[in-house]
Amino acid sequence: MDLLNAVVQVLDSTIRLSVPLLLACLAGLYSERAGIFDIGLEGKMLVGAFAGAAAASVFHSAFLGLGMAILISVAFALIHGFASITHRGNQIVSGVAINFIAAGSTIILGQAWFQQGGRTPALQPGERFESITADVISNFLATYSFSSADLLASLRGLILYLPALLFDALARIPGFGPVFAELILGHSILVYFAFAMVPFTWWVLFRTRFGLRLRAVGENPAAVDTAGISVAWLRYRALICTGILTGVAGAYLSMVQNGGFVKDMTAGKGYIALAALIFAKWKPVNAMFACLLFGFLDAAAIRLQGSPLPIIGKVPVQFMQALPYILTVILLAGFIGKAIPPRAGGVPYVKER
Amino acid sequence: MAQAAIELIGINKSFGAVRANRDINLEIARGTIHGIVGENGAGKSTLMSILYGFYQADSGEIRVGGKPASIKTPNDAIALGIGMVHQHFMLVDNFSVLENIILGAESDALLKRSIAKARSELERLEREYGLEVDPDAIIEELPVGLQQRVEILKALYRGAEILILDEPTGVLTPAEADHLFRILKQLKEQGKTVVLITHKLREIMAITDTVSVMRQGTMVATRETKKTTVEELAELMVGRRVLLRVEKGEAEAGAVKLAVKNLTVKDSRGVTMVDDISFDIRAGEIVGIAGVAGNGQSELLEAISGIRRAVSGSVTLDGKPIDLTGAADPGELRDRGLAHVPEDRHHVGLVLAFEENENSILGYHDDPRYLKGPFLNVDAIISDAKDKIEKYDIRPGNPRLKTANFSGGNQQKIVLAREIEQDPGVLIVGQPTRGVDVGAIEFIHKRLIAMRDQGKAVLVVSVELDEIRSLSDRILVMFAGRIVGERGPEATEGELGLLMAGVEQEAAA
Amino acid sequence: MSTPYAKLPAWADYGLIPLINLSVAFIVAGFVVLLVGENPFRAAVILVEGAFGKGTGIAFTLFYATTFIFTGLSVAVAAHCGLFNIGTEGQAYIAGLGIAIVCLSFDSVLPWWLTFPLAIVAAAVVGALWALIPAYLQARRGSHIVITTIMFNFIAASIMVYLLVGPLKPAASQAPQTRNFFAGAELPKLNWIIELFGAKIRSAPLNVTFLLALVMAFLVWLLIWRTKLGYEMRTYGHSPKAARYAGISETRIIITAMMISGALAGMMALNPVMGDQHNVAIDFVSGAGFVGIAVALMGRLHPVGIVLAAILFGMLYQGGAELAFEMPAISRDMIVIIQGLVILFAGALEHMFRPYIQALFASFSPRSVGMEAVKGKGA
Repeated sequence: MDLLNAVVQVLDSTIRLSVPLLLACLAGLYSERAGIFDIGLEGKMLVGAFAGAAAASVFHSAFLGLGMAILISVAFALIHGFASITHRGNQIVSGVAINFIAAGSTIILGQAWFQQGGRTPALQPGERFESITADVISNFLATYSFSSADLLASLRGLILYLPALLFDALARIPGFGPVFAELILGHSILVYFAFAMVPFTWWVLFRTRFGLRLRAVGENPAAVDTAGISVAWLRYRALICTGILTGVAGAYLSMVQNGGFVKDMTAGKGYIALAALIFAKWKPVNAMFACLLFGFLDAAAIRLQGSPLPIIGKVPVQFMQALPYILTVILLAGFIGKAIPPRAGGVPYVKER
Repeated sequence: MAQAAIELIGINKSFGAVRANRDINLEIARGTIHGIVGENGAGKSTLMSILYGFYQADSGEIRVGGKPASIKTPNDAIALGIGMVHQHFMLVDNFSVLENIILGAESDALLKRSIAKARSELERLEREYGLEVDPDAIIEELPVGLQQRVEILKALYRGAEILILDEPTGVLTPAEADHLFRILKQLKEQGKTVVLITHKLREIMAITDTVSVMRQGTMVATRETKKTTVEELAELMVGRRVLLRVEKGEAEAGAVKLAVKNLTVKDSRGVTMVDDISFDIRAGEIVGIAGVAGNGQSELLEAISGIRRAVSGSVTLDGKPIDLTGAADPGELRDRGLAHVPEDRHHVGLVLAFEENENSILGYHDDPRYLKGPFLNVDAIISDAKDKIEKYDIRPGNPRLKTANFSGGNQQKIVLAREIEQDPGVLIVGQPTRGVDVGAIEFIHKRLIAMRDQGKAVLVVSVELDEIRSLSDRILVMFAGRIVGERGPEATEGELGLLMAGVEQEAAA
Repeated sequence: MSTPYAKLPAWADYGLIPLINLSVAFIVAGFVVLLVGENPFRAAVILVEGAFGKGTGIAFTLFYATTFIFTGLSVAVAAHCGLFNIGTEGQAYIAGLGIAIVCLSFDSVLPWWLTFPLAIVAAAVVGALWALIPAYLQARRGSHIVITTIMFNFIAASIMVYLLVGPLKPAASQAPQTRNFFAGAELPKLNWIIELFGAKIRSAPLNVTFLLALVMAFLVWLLIWRTKLGYEMRTYGHSPKAARYAGISETRIIITAMMISGALAGMMALNPVMGDQHNVAIDFVSGAGFVGIAVALMGRLHPVGIVLAAILFGMLYQGGAELAFEMPAISRDMIVIIQGLVILFAGALEHMFRPYIQALFASFSPRSVGMEAVKGKGA
């Protein structure tokens, strides 16, 4: 049971660690599928994390924090759009710029506003997104009642009632029940949001008009233009999607994983997300598996931390940390399948003369 | 005369300092096929792009069906029933036919319903116009003729009453082109208006009801096709009688300079583009290769000049083999006297961002004349460039000017001067006069004939049949990667056209 | 890098437009200062005084500039060949390993003037080798060099951390760094140059690497505009197809350009490691590789421009330190913002003001602007 416990713990932290990657990776998917390279995922996550924690702490509301995280992150996405869509600037240069502006401004503003060395104040209960544990669910089930007096709240409860009942039943199964419950439950709402975004993104991309146009503009913007659709506005909308998701990713870092903003807290996650996106060959479901893999490597690195593995022996932590990057390079080199990016990616659209 | 489908009144459009359209007036009658002819760069495409809302005119008025129309985006044009088939197809290569057809004209926010509706609509259009195409095929797997059909279907699906086609036959074989013309006539019979942009006068005569001629951004004349001749149109297009045939004497062919044997070349997708080709070129003759674009001519040139790997076969230069493994150094071939004027001077033959003098050594930058050890001998390079400028009358005559600032004809002269002045034994030239002004065409043709008369072997590839016929001592015709016939310069256009369409090959098979 | 726009006089192209872009970057930075509740004009005065007001300040400014000249040149050499080397950071970091090996081996036996050339070679070779793999993957397998060099930055960081907390760390020490070098690996200071002009210097790390940087700037100019290799690199940078046509091997030119770029990045490590800290420590590059992007863009990829831009950034770093002292609300991170703004306005938005400038020029003298522009393209 000890081994099982360890495995569950690693899997549990795999999920927690892969959530920000997944959100950022899906964010990158929207913009890159629309033909805009975005190495500014890192910076947008960072400003999202800062804005989220700062607003949550000032307004004492987790949801206001989340809203602010999204708002600021979208604003940075729009700067990227302004440079690379409107002014046809180099998308990589623009992304690099955004990362720097984000890194510098979060520290400067954080210090100016909160005077805690670039940190935001530690978030209090209610200012963070709480985990939905088995207790929370049984509490909910115990207190829930349908009343016509407060119809709206009752209806909202009704929507949650069935899944809650299901989880509750699951947790009560003897043996593996609690283990599964621990894996599936005990996360904040943003975790479920992140994983729900995978099928949603797939659906948007391959089953809606917006998705068709988005994919088309990443492959051949001239076709979109002559079909009477504005290339610029379409790409801007893709970047807004990117901004929303990086905002949530940032909020997750500062308001779920951590109880406040710490400087440079993204620590390269935006780049790993980018690697995961390539690894996933720009496909949503693959993106989830890539992020879970990279999250697992991170979790395993933390778990192992110096302790030897059977057969292989001691693996340096740094090797585990570098593994996502090494794997991506190997993929890019074409040794495990070929990663073909959207054809119009990275090229500003200029009408042909 | 029928009611006007489109009236253009006083259209002006400039790109920077270039006036692409000057004060254009044009009336296109409903239910007719109206041709617009002009040389490359005459402003035809710009005018149609304005009509389609791709560009905005600087001034002027557009009337559609007699009503003033404001066409700011392609959407406005589509709403007014205007559809356009672009020269370079506007298709998403890895989408299906249906996906391409509904793109931008989806009937619903969800694809499933849009596609279902498009599928039945497509079936109707197929029946009505005989435009068959597999709705679920992926575009990149379709031949160009079918891709073009998808473009036409796209326009019809959007309810186009007026269909503009920009140089639609450039990539088609004569047989495919004929099929296209049948479709266009059928569209006309159904009451649609067709605008055909082309620089091929034969097409105009074959299919249009009226024809307008553009020259250097202006509309010079509109004629009823029945009442005009090819000669009159040609004169209107270029402004003066063209010397269609350059004066030249008999060829005195000498020893074999370049021998191609059983050459096979594949493109990057693995499709065989050059299929077991053999031919010789002798000193003192010009061999022309005719063919519709895309039948392997480009790949043939690239393989001979060492740019592209060949799958099998051999090429010998002065009796010694050329390395065809792709490891060939084009520089080494230059040393052996093989010069190459590539088809695409903008991206291959020149670096437009370079100064003129830097381009005048491109490919010959290993030549000790231009070097001092590992360093460039800048003085020598510039004085050499000045010599060529004078000899080839390149304007403006400033070797320090950025190459992008020269006109098409002068850019081509920069390339020719570079290659010819190396005094090569063999010169291969791809599309010698594409996008070149008339004055320069004559100059270039004379230069090539002078090369021949000096006893050099010259290989010319061109999609312009007139050019091939006027330059060549022998004409080889390429179709589907093979040489399907050899003719003398006296061969008629019709004879060559049949060969280019692969008709004889089919008969033989 | 080609521009889709018509011609402007050279002075406007190379002087006016960069100046306008730069000014806008600083104006926006000024607003950030305002947002923090400080006076941007006073901040600017403190910054400039801190950088140039005293001899020590100047020496520090030039010390930082040395680092940025190397990384700026590194980015520029690759850019001339059409390659975006975003891996300058990692190449410089890993070059610290080469320097460490040379210095730890010879610092007690050789004088500095023998250790230094060895270290230069080691730094250049290691930096070049670290750039070789992404270059090879780009040339032969088509892997996007921007992504691979980003990945290599992280891999380099992991290797260096592993070495500096393990094999390279003296057993007795806690700090993740090598032992301090002996005198044989300490570079002489250049402070006497500034003292020649009568300024007093307390202690500043400006050292002979500065001269090496200037020599490299000249050599890069020579390479790009006066050698056959440079000609081939520029040809490939503008048009890979033209390079193929001209008989320039794609593999050779990509690998050569990236290795030169990597070597220049590697030499950057000499300045902080041998000139200042006298050891190799974790994260000693601290973003200088990325500053190189800003420097190269601002210097318009020309060595003279790069030296000037590097001095400007050196000024920001040194003046920024003073500023942080005077205005606690503004830490050194203000420079990171400015750096980002410069990259944004001088790089990604470099054409933003161009049409307006062009219209302005056209209204004064229509003949000077684009009258010789490309004809015959309106087909």
